[in-house]
Amino acid sequence: MESLSSLLDGFGTALTPLNLLWAAVGVLLGTAIGVLPGIGPAMAVALLLPVTYGLDPIGAFIMFAGIYYGGMFGGSTTSILLNTPGESAAVVAAIEGNPMAKSGRGSQALAAAAIGHFAGGMIGTILLVALAPTVASLAVDIGAPDYFAIMVLAFIAVTSVLGSSRIRGFAALLIGLTLGLVGLDQMTGQQRLTFGSLQLSDGIDVVIVAVGLFAIGEALWVAARLRHTSGESMPVGRPWLERGDLRRTWKPWLRGPAIGFPFGAIPAGGAEIPTFLSYVTEKRLSKHKNEFGKGAIEGVAGPESASSASAAGTLVSLLTLGLPTTAVAAVMLAAFQQYGIQPGPLLFEREPDLVWGLIASLFVGMVLLLVLNLPLAPVWAKLLRIPRPYLYAGILFFAAVGAYAVGGEAIDMVILLVIGLIGLMMRRFGLPVLPAIIGVILGPAAEQQLRRALQISDGSVTGLVDTPFAVTVYAVIAVLLAWPYLRRLAGRGRPAGPGGDRGAGGPADPGGSGESGGEKEESKV
Amino acid sequence: MTTPSSAPTPPGRAEAPAPAHDGPGTTDSRPARGGWRDRLRGRSELGVSLLLLAVGVLVLSDTLTMETVANQRGPVGPRTVPLAVGIALLVVAVVLAVDVLRGGRGEAEAGEDVDLDEPSDWRTVALLAGIFLATAALIDPLGFPITGALLFWGSAYALGSRNLTRDPLIAAVLSLATFAAFNTLLGVPLPGGPLMGVL
Repeated sequence: MESLSSLLDGFGTALTPLNLLWAAVGVLLGTAIGVLPGIGPAMAVALLLPVTYGLDPIGAFIMFAGIYYGGMFGGSTTSILLNTPGESAAVVAAIEGNPMAKSGRGSQALAAAAIGHFAGGMIGTILLVALAPTVASLAVDIGAPDYFAIMVLAFIAVTSVLGSSRIRGFAALLIGLTLGLVGLDQMTGQQRLTFGSLQLSDGIDVVIVAVGLFAIGEALWVAARLRHTSGESMPVGRPWLERGDLRRTWKPWLRGPAIGFPFGAIPAGGAEIPTFLSYVTEKRLSKHKNEFGKGAIEGVAGPESASSASAAGTLVSLLTLGLPTTAVAAVMLAAFQQYGIQPGPLLFEREPDLVWGLIASLFVGMVLLLVLNLPLAPVWAKLLRIPRPYLYAGILFFAAVGAYAVGGEAIDMVILLVIGLIGLMMRRFGLPVLPAIIGVILGPAAEQQLRRALQISDGSVTGLVDTPFAVTVYAVIAVLLAWPYLRRLAGRGRPAGPGGDRGAGGPADPGGSGESGGEKEESKV
Repeated sequence: MTTPSSAPTPPGRAEAPAPAHDGPGTTDSRPARGGWRDRLRGRSELGVSLLLLAVGVLVLSDTLTMETVANQRGPVGPRTVPLAVGIALLVVAVVLAVDVLRGGRGEAEAGEDVDLDEPSDWRTVALLAGIFLATAALIDPLGFPITGALLFWGSAYALGSRNLTRDPLIAAVLSLATFAAFNTLLGVPLPGGPLMGVL
């Protein structure tokens, strides 16, 4: 009950006029960004990192969280109306939402998505309130070896769970770790990879890395392959639902968070896997199985609810452990670092105003999103008509501003361009961006925890595995790494049945999730 | 750092002078050569391997030439992690190269505005990179409002926008508004340049 009174205090913070304004700005910007092609919430938060120089942390994080949730909301709009997901999390929404729109039920699809996001976000945030303080108090005692184990888990999970190629995931991770090495060693002050340059001895600012990989990399990649024919958006009216639709959607809305929330909290890449799993679940449970693929409303309601709930789950790991599980969370962690705040178990004790204000603002933002999005959907759809040259020129423009604002040095723009070219290469050759950004942001912290842990154990490697927690985490890592081989063995052991969901009940599900990772087509960060 | 536009060179470099002997007796040697060249063709991804290899060598050489100091705290010094990263880079570079030569392909990232069926338009990318570098060079002497507007206009032009009244207008408004927002709202001063001296 203590968290309830803290939450009330949080509402006191979130409902001040200025913070309410930031929440509104965040959700509006987030929805617009979710709708707009080419920009995702991670890029948006990265481009907005310079506001951390002028804004107080509470206002900034309220805005960032609004962008995150709003981006999820907006992403489904393009999925439904254009069949082009504005968000990797919204890929699944296109499967059923677009056929619905084509058969004239676009308004119902939009409503099912919007209310699904509201329900998922609300339930997810309530779970966040209920669980986060407990997780934080449990995690207060974990030490350097445990932190190091968690970070290694993050590295391994983002490289091997997501994407179609592990080796490319590792290549991306190593690029990130290398960028994170540049600068003075935190413990001895020795220069690493600075090549005698004073500029580089401060390290490469994380703002520049994030903006370079997400904004410049994406803009250049689109420039290289700009689509000259654009799809036509379908005209829609105000979203609404009939009684019959409601009867079919309320259960998926409530089931979504059960899948979305836990997946958001673990480093498995955010909303892609849970939305896919939710879709499969709804398909299996639906009484209208024959409608699936042709516009079943359950297939929109469930996954959209799961995607918003996964955002709440992501915040649990970010706030209580300092562990970013998605690209947006990684960039938000960078924002915490800008303020000199270390998210983790102690955050709830040290910065209660910030944490609870942020959490309360999520509830506020959710209501704002529902109120704004139900009537405004047709207006948002118009955003799709923005001329692409303006959109991508604008991204380059704000990226340049952001890099220059870091230190007022033109050389930072050159570094930004170089990192942007790396981002372009990664997109061209299928190297995922998420491991790279996680590597940059967590790499230095992981090194510090490693050295601290070995300092405590006086150099003995056993110091890394002397807690039950760390041992458990390493066991999980081992399973993750061995998974493809285990699966092959399991596959050989039993007759090749379709789906194989009966033979090995437990392992079948993660198997399905692995496939959904490979299914990732329209990814946008 | 190699730019991606120049990274995919191995196929070009492998363009050895064509074998002069063209008799029927030497046919047995040609399939092998052709096979080698065919192997490299379309494998620009090997450029990524080369880049990783180069970065790995760079990290290792930087780490090995690092002067060790006595005040190192704890058993793990500043060298350990870079050494591990450098070695891992080399290993991944080799494994990736093997994967590519065996026919593995990284899937180019799809997106709403990305048309993967079109050939890459590296000219536009080079143009944008050039405009960006010019912005970096000009921002201090010319100030932000002017260079920012030029950056936006130039980029929009490079991306195919040709509206000679609307483009510069949007560029100017965007640049001035951003300048004002950063200087007044955020308190992050951007250089005004000569334009602000006049106003």
